[in-house]
Amino acid sequence: MNFQAVKAIYFFEMARFFRTLLQSFVSPVISTSLYFVVFGTVIGSRIQEVEGISYGAFIVPGLIMLSVMTQATSNGSFGIYFPKFIGTIYELLSAPVSYFEILLGYVGAAATKALFIGLVILATAAVFVDLKIMHPVAMILFLVLTCISFALLGFILGIWARNFEQLQLVPLLVVTPLVFLGGSFYSVSMLPSIWQTITLFNPVVYLVSGFRWSFFGNADVPIFVSLLAISSFTVVCVIIVAWIFNTGWRIKQ
Amino acid sequence: MLLEVNELRKTYATGFEALKGISLKVNKGEILALLGPNGAGKTSLISTICGITNPSSGSVIIDGYDISKNFRDARKLVGLVPQDITLEPFEKVLNTINFSRGLFGRKKDDALTEKILTKLSLWDKRDSRIMELSGGMKRRVLIAKALIHEPRLLFLDEPTASVDVELRQSMWDVVADLKKDGVTIILTTHYIEEAEAIADRVGIINKGELLLIEGKASLMQKFGQKILKIELQKRLNQLPKDLSEKNVKLSDDGLSLTYIYDTKQKKTGITKLLSNLSNSGINLRDIQTDQSSLEEIFVNLVKEKAE
Repeated sequence: MNFQAVKAIYFFEMARFFRTLLQSFVSPVISTSLYFVVFGTVIGSRIQEVEGISYGAFIVPGLIMLSVMTQATSNGSFGIYFPKFIGTIYELLSAPVSYFEILLGYVGAAATKALFIGLVILATAAVFVDLKIMHPVAMILFLVLTCISFALLGFILGIWARNFEQLQLVPLLVVTPLVFLGGSFYSVSMLPSIWQTITLFNPVVYLVSGFRWSFFGNADVPIFVSLLAISSFTVVCVIIVAWIFNTGWRIKQ
Repeated sequence: MLLEVNELRKTYATGFEALKGISLKVNKGEILALLGPNGAGKTSLISTICGITNPSSGSVIIDGYDISKNFRDARKLVGLVPQDITLEPFEKVLNTINFSRGLFGRKKDDALTEKILTKLSLWDKRDSRIMELSGGMKRRVLIAKALIHEPRLLFLDEPTASVDVELRQSMWDVVADLKKDGVTIILTTHYIEEAEAIADRVGIINKGELLLIEGKASLMQKFGQKILKIELQKRLNQLPKDLSEKNVKLSDDGLSLTYIYDTKQKKTGITKLLSNLSNSGINLRDIQTDQSSLEEIFVNLVKEKAE
């Protein structure tokens, strides 16, 4: 195992994150604050409570998930797409580094960034609303698993993408809508019954629900189903990545 | 033997056959120049040896390590300077170099970094961002990145493409220094004077095939046609009959003769020519010979194979 290489990739990627601190750190704080002002304060003042929780607090897990999923995906995809785009990938491919080590470096860094942003949003949220976390260990577990699995998804997209447009396509057109429609800002039980069924096909529902359970103790779907969902998603991503590495798809023509 | 390439083939997904069964051996400490026109397969060969593309078939052994079975051991020995300038524009010189060393599993070595950067006249620029550097400096950063893990086999893919004369000379000096340290170097170029100036052996690639690989001197000898130019004391209006039948030409001003001969032949015909001249009573002022350059050899060879 070439730990030195994993470290090199990881810190090289993290350096990019800290170099663009404004973009990586300040923008999620500002957008989260805006969500709280608009959804929490303005709309929330007209909604009494959702499942016994104030609306402002209710949306916190969904807001964190929204940012964590989009950030993990875009960081994961950009990290590997950029070397591909500018050609520096030659260095990774000709170094004594296994695919697993490359993956560990890039996905590790992307997941760390997303986790960092998630925690920043949590801290920002705590300023606006009164928050209690009922199951902190489960909360961290869900958060970390989400960061890793979506960074893996991003990594796959980064390898798949042939241009910047494709790179943005999935985060914008798939991940964001799925998160918005995945019960981030509402409880599934608030939907008409037909939509309650349809929404169960949205994988994000399970993640948001499980994450919300770790905060408030109630969920749209049973907690073990949520755990199963996030674990299966991670496994699927790992299988795809393994296939990419074995075939050299879009890396080694 | 440091590098052994056996029957290496590479066919791209598009069906393009970039390498058609290339075999070659390179000794330790040798400088091998691979010559060939654009699209000949030089870069494909290097990319496949270095692990950037997967070979379709064949094997590559570097210092006893197979590049697919023992990829870690094999790659640790190899440094690669790519043809295109591929660097992260926002990174600092020092960071990008330390990154390269890290990829090869090596801890930071400040003394070595300073030594290499100084040698490449980059030490002053260590804290500059890549985008602030000139083209020549960027190319030297690529070389520094390839040298920072102390490779035993260095690939230089078109090291002096679009580089000014001064920088080209300094590159050659770097190559000479590396050779002194026992580094084996394989460089590709389409500048023949480059191969002529620094290589020990020359390989010629065209359309995915290695047409030949030979010592530079023996290659020049083997394919070199020589031209004998004889200046005469007095103007000659016409060539004597026994001379005009041979490969001898009289210049328009009648003051010199040229004779083209092949050094590969057992008899060059020079002795006969000179005695004929003497028998005809022609006095000579001076004699000189010219050897064809690698460039001419190369053009002839590629043409020959095409026919």
